[in-house]
Amino acid sequence: MSNEHVLVIFPHPDDEAFGVSGTILSHTEAGTPVTYICLTLGEMGRNMGRPVMANRETLPDIRLKELEEAVRLLGIQDLRRFGMRDKTVEFTDQAALVERLSDAINEIQPSKIITFYPGYAVHPDHDATGEAVIRAVRELPENNRPVVHAIAFADGSVEAIGEPDVLHDVSGYREQKLAVIEAHASQTAGLIEQVRKRTNSDFIEDMLHTERFWTYPV
Amino acid sequence: MDTIQVEAVQEKLEQLAGKDVYIHVETTNGAYASHNDKSFFSAGAFVRNLRFQYVHGKITGEGPYRVGLETQQGWVYAEGLTDWEIDPDGRLLLAGHDPDGRLACALELSETPFRK
Repeated sequence: MSNEHVLVIFPHPDDEAFGVSGTILSHTEAGTPVTYICLTLGEMGRNMGRPVMANRETLPDIRLKELEEAVRLLGIQDLRRFGMRDKTVEFTDQAALVERLSDAINEIQPSKIITFYPGYAVHPDHDATGEAVIRAVRELPENNRPVVHAIAFADGSVEAIGEPDVLHDVSGYREQKLAVIEAHASQTAGLIEQVRKRTNSDFIEDMLHTERFWTYPV
Repeated sequence: MDTIQVEAVQEKLEQLAGKDVYIHVETTNGAYASHNDKSFFSAGAFVRNLRFQYVHGKITGEGPYRVGLETQQGWVYAEGLTDWEIDPDGRLLLAGHDPDGRLACALELSETPFRK
């Protein structure tokens, strides 16, 4: 594992909590370094906490603290923020974003990148992030590209891109994963309440047991 | 934030009338509205840090409240406002929260730019 380094790239604090935190924990507990690039602070989130704890202007600072706590719980030593604004990733200068990602990838030399599957990740920021990451990876020489594990959750994903080829059983990390989700309290208080009261959906329960990835053809 | 006090908001709107102010205004139904409910038509808009002046401003309604700001050339309008505060930077923050506390709309005025 000497050359392993996992690079996680998502646009919003809490994106790392739902679909990947069990996988991240398995890496950091095995001693594999993980770098997390988070593009925005989720400044435009609709959830303001239950009861309301934030307003539009205080939300970014609250979410930064939540992100830092989640990162600590995940054992991530290297958090990098790109200072972009929530909802605007698809509208920013794509070439500039790809270049920043390329610089980071060249420096970190990751063995694996985890990001969203462009076109199948529901939120426009998710799709735009995945697309920029794929473009950055494809700038590398073909024989020197990290594996890309992408997350898709749009309806119709399986019909369009097939079944996910990487399944991680993360049931052993259930409580730790819940703690990471709970760290993002301004966004997740309602969800956590459902889990604690055992009124959560099958979808949430499944997410606490299995994390699914598609190896992106780069 | 606190439940809107009409007189206090009106007073602040009058203080800011005729001054150069920066505005943040938005409506949102959340980024996942259509994902969670296929029949839901997702729509929203935001404007952040446009500088302008309004001639006069008024808050109306029984709660949720409406605010209209008349400018030389046009209008700014928001409805569904429930909560307010003057934040530590002296900015007027108005927000509309749904029964679950989620933000549905916001209208904010500041004499200095908001953080980008």
